[in-house]
Amino acid sequence: MDNTHPQHVPTRSTYATGLVLAVILTAIPFAIVAFGLLPRLPALIAIAVAAIIQVSVHLRYFLHLDFKHTPHENLAALFFAGFLIFIMVIGSIWIMFDLHDRMM
Amino acid sequence: MLGRLTIDALPFYSWVAMGGAAVTVLGALAVMAVITWLGAWRYLWREWLTSVDHKRIGIMYIVLALVMLLRGFVDAIMMRAQQAVALNSQGYLPADHFDQIFSSHGTIMIFFVAMPFMSGLMNLIIPLQIGARDVSFPYMNSLSLWLNAAGAALVLVSLVIGKFSTAGWSAYPPYSGIEYSPGVGVDYWSFAVLISGVGSTMTGINFIATIFKKRAPGMTLMRMPLFTWTVLTSSVLVVFAFPALTVSAALLEMDRMLGMHFFTNADGGNMMMFANLFWIWGHPEVYILILPAFGVFSHVVTTFSGKRLFGYTSLVYATTAIGILSFIVWLHHFFTMGSSANVNAFFGIMTMIIAVPTGVKVFDWLFTMYRGRIEFHSPMLWTLGFMATFVIGGMSGVLLALPPVDYLMHNTTFLVAHFHNMIIPGVLFGYLAGYQFWFPKAFGFRLNEQWGKRSFWCWIIGFYLAFMPLYVLGLLGMPRRMEHYTIAEWQPHLIVAAVGACVILLGILCLAVQLIVSIRQRDQARDLSGDPWLGRTLEWSTSSPPPVYNFAIIPRVDERDAFQEMKENGIAYERPDKYEDIYLPKNSPVGIIVGGFAFMFGFAMVWHIWWLAIACALVIVMALMVLSSEDDNEYCLTAKEVEQIENARYRDLAKAPRIILPESEEIVPGAPIQGTVR
Repeated sequence: MDNTHPQHVPTRSTYATGLVLAVILTAIPFAIVAFGLLPRLPALIAIAVAAIIQVSVHLRYFLHLDFKHTPHENLAALFFAGFLIFIMVIGSIWIMFDLHDRMM
Repeated sequence: MLGRLTIDALPFYSWVAMGGAAVTVLGALAVMAVITWLGAWRYLWREWLTSVDHKRIGIMYIVLALVMLLRGFVDAIMMRAQQAVALNSQGYLPADHFDQIFSSHGTIMIFFVAMPFMSGLMNLIIPLQIGARDVSFPYMNSLSLWLNAAGAALVLVSLVIGKFSTAGWSAYPPYSGIEYSPGVGVDYWSFAVLISGVGSTMTGINFIATIFKKRAPGMTLMRMPLFTWTVLTSSVLVVFAFPALTVSAALLEMDRMLGMHFFTNADGGNMMMFANLFWIWGHPEVYILILPAFGVFSHVVTTFSGKRLFGYTSLVYATTAIGILSFIVWLHHFFTMGSSANVNAFFGIMTMIIAVPTGVKVFDWLFTMYRGRIEFHSPMLWTLGFMATFVIGGMSGVLLALPPVDYLMHNTTFLVAHFHNMIIPGVLFGYLAGYQFWFPKAFGFRLNEQWGKRSFWCWIIGFYLAFMPLYVLGLLGMPRRMEHYTIAEWQPHLIVAAVGACVILLGILCLAVQLIVSIRQRDQARDLSGDPWLGRTLEWSTSSPPPVYNFAIIPRVDERDAFQEMKENGIAYERPDKYEDIYLPKNSPVGIIVGGFAFMFGFAMVWHIWWLAIACALVIVMALMVLSSEDDNEYCLTAKEVEQIENARYRDLAKAPRIILPESEEIVPGAPIQGTVR
């Protein structure tokens, strides 16, 4: 664990918290789909939100990133990744829905 | 037991296909026979195939790229020959075979020529250029090489067993779906792409880590040589772009194997989503390939103009700007999909903007040459050829960036001419310039100049002959990928293009002759100084070839052109007071084992041999577990051994010929070099 900050030593309990949160966040979307808890659009939104929270749980508890201890350049790299993912996802949604509307 | 693999998979359906298969098999057997005759198997295994030394991995990458270049070029010249004769006739190739050839030509040239050539130059030079002893993850590096080789081997095997894809190198559904392409071709394509894509992604990760973490003390980001900058940017692009390719190929396979409907219109799929995902990777890929070539050109131009680089800062910013902009233009590959005017206008404008930083670069190189003392060595010729030709390609690109023009020109040979006009002078000339430029560093002797120049002239003349007619044909309305045609007006242009391909063939032959002649006359062309071109960056401060540890003492960097500065201050070849023990990674067979099993895994998946696929996947996981739990993976080169190697280096330096500059001042290695800086 050379690359994490010395004051921020991960303990077993942080991993356990992360695991529990990750399982819950996985169970919710599966439950929504399996038991048909929500109509189609709210279900899709709920799954997307759960996925985004899932990503941040992984970053926080398994990769030990936070705003206090993580070096700035690592955070900058993360924001850059976020920026590119934003371009790809929003761009794809824009393109595909634009096409969808014109095909209707 | 063998899935859908039967005796029918052998290419007895046409003489041409059988010939190709025979050449592939006999070529492999001949190489093996030569190695056996030389008794070199053990040497090859211990010193090369299992090596984790970045320099050797780099050389193996380039060997892979050159071998695949031959194969890809055979495809090209076969297409040119077919189109030259196929007016009102079927030519000599059946349609199905012609389709396989243009698909494999594109796949091979992008994935198994350009990518390995780039990885090879990166591996060879980056650690030397930043003053490091190796890359950050040497074992992963070996793994990347062998995964790339596994993908290349899958494409080669498709020539012998079964058929390759007929869906083009971009494998668009619905044609590449199971309904229209039920054979194994598309599966060969997607597994070759998936397996080599894993390797490329790991190379990207490796070089980001290496460049950020292993630079010599004092080398700040803005002191990095330009090749390092371009490789860093291109590695970042690799890491972010390749997942999109992996996803699109994997989803396509799920459609094909598991009956899903991501890209079929039945059950709510959308085939344009494949084009979208593919080009989210595909456009950055263009810049992944060309940025390192821009880096090579920057070094060649400065070295052979004897000047520092003009506008270093603007080149760095142009590089990073291109890196980011390359993610915002992908829709220009499918303007005609039917998006609204807003979408097309946005991506069209972004595409035109990306020409701006590229133009900045061209001007920077021109100003670097301005009033320089230019030496016309062959790497410089490739660079000059690039600058003139690339600008033409760039212009046609800006033209195609206009959606209304694209509606007229798309899918014609105008487009084919445009992207070959970017990739051949840009990427390939760049890598060949790098090959000629850094060859002495890798092997300790220079390549023959005369044959290098002949090769250049054949390539550039051949290029103009082969591709300028395609622009005209595109304007005449000829679609790309035509197996035969009925319009007599097209034929003269196609014949000229075929002649051009033959001239390029001469260029490739000249490259081969150059290599043979240079190896035979290597004693006359020895590079004892390690600095044959009066280079300016750190890779030239080591011996040629560099010792396994690269630098006995890690250099300190205070300037952009670190080695030039050392030469000027007379400290370039200083002997240190004492040497230290150096720890280096041991060789490991895991890379080649994983590569071999990845190849078999891909083959098994293509032919639906499930038990073999599962077994191979298990072996790969186990091999990786063994590799990662190995603690004793370094060996020590003691200070004494280092001293012996370094002493031999100083004896060579003393023998190195003195360098005479035009002002006829004699230069002693280690003394300041006058007259090279303004």
